[in-house]
Amino acid sequence: MPVFWIVCAVLAIGVIGYGLCRSKAMKSAGGNARNLHSLPSYYGANAFLFSVVAPLALLFAWLIFVPILIDRSIGATIPEDRIAEGSSLGLMMADVSRVSNGLNLAVSEGAMTEEESRSIRTEFTDVRERLASVGVALGSNVDATILQAAQKHRAASDRSRLFMSIAVIALSLAGLALAMSRTKADFRARNTVEAAVKVMLIAAASVAILTTLGIVLSLLFNTIEFFRIWPATDFFFNTTWSPSFGDTGSELGLAPLLWGTFYISIVALAVAVPVGLFAAIYLAEYASPKVRAFAKPLLEILAGIPTIVYGLFALLTVGPLLVSFFGDGGTFGVEWMRGGTAVMTAGLVMGVMLIPFVSSLSDDIINAVPQAMRDGSLGIGATKSETIRQVVLPAALPGIVGAILLAASRAIGETMIVVMGAGAAAKLSLNPFEAMTTVTAKIVSQLTGDSDFASPQALVAFALGMSLFVITLALNVLALYIVRRYREQYD
Amino acid sequence: MTDISSNTPGQGARVASSLLTEDKRTKKRNAAEKRFKAYGIAAIAVGLFFLAALLFAIISNGTRAFTQTFVTLDIELLEEKLDKNGNRDIEEIKKVSTFGYSPLLDAAVTKMVTDSGVETPITKAKDLKQLLSSGAAGDLRAFVVANPDRIGDTVEFRIAASSRVDGYLKGRVTRESLARDKNLSPEHLDIVDALKEQGVVKKSFNWDFILGADASDSRPEQAGMGVAMLGSFFMMLVVLALSLPIGVATSIYLEEFAPQNWFTDLIEVNISNLAAVPSIVFGILGLAVFIQFAHLPQSAPLVGGLVLTLMTLPTIIISTRASLKSVPPSIRDAALGVGASKMQAVFHHVLPLAMPGILTGTIIGLAQALGETAPLLLIGMVGFIASNYPEGVMDGFVSPNSAMPAQIYEWAKRADPAFYERAWGGIIILLVFLITMNIIAIFLRRRFERRW
Repeated sequence: MPVFWIVCAVLAIGVIGYGLCRSKAMKSAGGNARNLHSLPSYYGANAFLFSVVAPLALLFAWLIFVPILIDRSIGATIPEDRIAEGSSLGLMMADVSRVSNGLNLAVSEGAMTEEESRSIRTEFTDVRERLASVGVALGSNVDATILQAAQKHRAASDRSRLFMSIAVIALSLAGLALAMSRTKADFRARNTVEAAVKVMLIAAASVAILTTLGIVLSLLFNTIEFFRIWPATDFFFNTTWSPSFGDTGSELGLAPLLWGTFYISIVALAVAVPVGLFAAIYLAEYASPKVRAFAKPLLEILAGIPTIVYGLFALLTVGPLLVSFFGDGGTFGVEWMRGGTAVMTAGLVMGVMLIPFVSSLSDDIINAVPQAMRDGSLGIGATKSETIRQVVLPAALPGIVGAILLAASRAIGETMIVVMGAGAAAKLSLNPFEAMTTVTAKIVSQLTGDSDFASPQALVAFALGMSLFVITLALNVLALYIVRRYREQYD
Repeated sequence: MTDISSNTPGQGARVASSLLTEDKRTKKRNAAEKRFKAYGIAAIAVGLFFLAALLFAIISNGTRAFTQTFVTLDIELLEEKLDKNGNRDIEEIKKVSTFGYSPLLDAAVTKMVTDSGVETPITKAKDLKQLLSSGAAGDLRAFVVANPDRIGDTVEFRIAASSRVDGYLKGRVTRESLARDKNLSPEHLDIVDALKEQGVVKKSFNWDFILGADASDSRPEQAGMGVAMLGSFFMMLVVLALSLPIGVATSIYLEEFAPQNWFTDLIEVNISNLAAVPSIVFGILGLAVFIQFAHLPQSAPLVGGLVLTLMTLPTIIISTRASLKSVPPSIRDAALGVGASKMQAVFHHVLPLAMPGILTGTIIGLAQALGETAPLLLIGMVGFIASNYPEGVMDGFVSPNSAMPAQIYEWAKRADPAFYERAWGGIIILLVFLITMNIIAIFLRRRFERRW
């Protein structure tokens, strides 16, 4: 039975249970809801929860874990000596599941009878050709071991499906029966339902933890996998990055990517921090309410524009513009820039993106400095700018530093602008008009396209992701620490 | 007193001045004041200038994508080419490949040029056909397969001109730039000029760009956003269906029920961390967990939606918590006072009052998710994949598709400058969606937000 129909059946049982228990509760109260402990609908909801939650949880767990168990038990039946030279059990199992899926498809499309799919042997049938006819492409000819394992795999999966359907629906019916037996006038249905709702709320809140866990584990496992086939010292201390897919001779050094990342971020901050900070100061201290109401939302539009737009702006507008200034035969007569993609291009555009980030955060922080401090400074004769420079800014400094660090972590993690604006060559160079590349851009280029996920060239992306995650996390924690540690408490 | 009397005239210029005339130092300080203020104005001006430059670049480059040059052609659908046996059997008609349609196009193009009376050194029909999109034969075939009864008639078609002809009419391609082009020569442009005067070649609004599917590298004139838009739509359905309930449930728990303990702290720390994790890391998560571990289909809007859900959750949680917090405690107290349970007080009274704020936050979160690109690249929603409309609702969730920003990125990567125009145009479409969503959010906030 397909999963969809199992879910439907369980839900139907739940709805029937709702009606049954609600009416049973009413009957047991003599038709008067006042004799019940809870409102009638709670008795119904109780039955619904009893007959739906546990079965669906079982279904979900079964779908995740049983295939793994089946794979393992089938894998154990493949004798060691049948594993081909240069292959591994994992690769064999991938073939097995591909063949078994292919057989399923062939049966469902009517290209093969159920009987046939169980009995075919490689000696008599060209399995590869039969499967190709329904659109399953296999890389190599199917050997007998794999075919047999695949047939066993199919049989086991079918059996597991059947057991699963029976178990889930039986559990659902049992839940319904239990709820029915407990439904009486003095049963505290509301308390049960509310406890269940609370459990659901906690489960929803745990999604955040699970996500973090998922990120950390998926990065960690693949990074460990990478360091198992690639020396860690080479990754961290090699100063060349030149991956070559397919053959040996790759050099996977982190240094040039980190350098590119930091260089671009520095250029971006050099644009965003002065502009953002001065804009914040003006908006907080000088601007009339009218100007503020007009300029602040307009600046914040810059933060709402998707990064792909900035990327395209860098690639097609800013890059060519910079080349026309600094490139060959450009306005300034210097030949610093060879192509539109460069550190400067990506950095400038990223800086624009970060302006509202710096300005809104700093604006809030400057506004939080108490008015009495300004009044005191102005009262002893300081001009407004002297007050800002010598009183307001020092008071707001921890917050502003925090905002700048947060902007830096944004800059380091930014992807689309650097993918489109910074170029693809990993270089250790000081020239800001040269193309360089970053950690994020390389994660994209190593993981898109048809690459083998077990190769070091693809796995290195996880190590890069790990480095990125650690760096941005450290920056965020540092920002929070600075804000908390050095914040002046005014009240 | 002694301090004042020590300010003898010899020590500085300050004493001699009155309040009405500025001395040197005051002038300096006032100048510094003016400069400082000017820096602030300049900073805001720089920010606004960049905004204006960005918008100008988008609009000036993107609007051209919404028009397209079409050529009106009379094509004779010859029976002996399309249906040799004359029995109008649809299976037999389908057997004729697009290659079999080219002779009809050749004839039509030659006839069109001769009719226009242009003197041209180009005589071969194959060269003349460069004026048309290379997908023209495919369109023709699709028409015939859909209307087999028209075989034998002469039908008037509006066929997209090739991207270079289109670029010429839009000013992107010039005669000089064609000098090294092997597909189109300046002589072609003479024909185009003449045909344009006769009204055979015309620019008009291009619905196919908004509604159509992506086209391969050689046919930029036929590329459209429609399928990618559907991909984005299905993704947003997933995001909405998952992130709204999960986000609201999390916020209710944290705001109304959570006790002060390590578990609550853990959740809070995690949420604030997730808000700061780079989006590409979510892409890695999606690749490792949803595709490698759970074996969900690659490039599917379902997976994209799951990844974006995890990314959007912090935004929705933060805004939902703010709006739950803004509901005054007296509402809860009143509900509890008349005998409601805590759960009833929250779900019957607090939540409905917080709903406008929650919806505003959700729409803003969705708008963010709609524009996000980087994680989608990692789960494979890039490349020439948005080429077919999904066959149904289920198919829409699981069959490979692109999304609007990923489609824009795909076009920006391609070599032909004609695709750049499409990319800018795609950005206009994307921004129209974002602006609409934000306006709805602002409207909701203005209309329903209550100040207590």
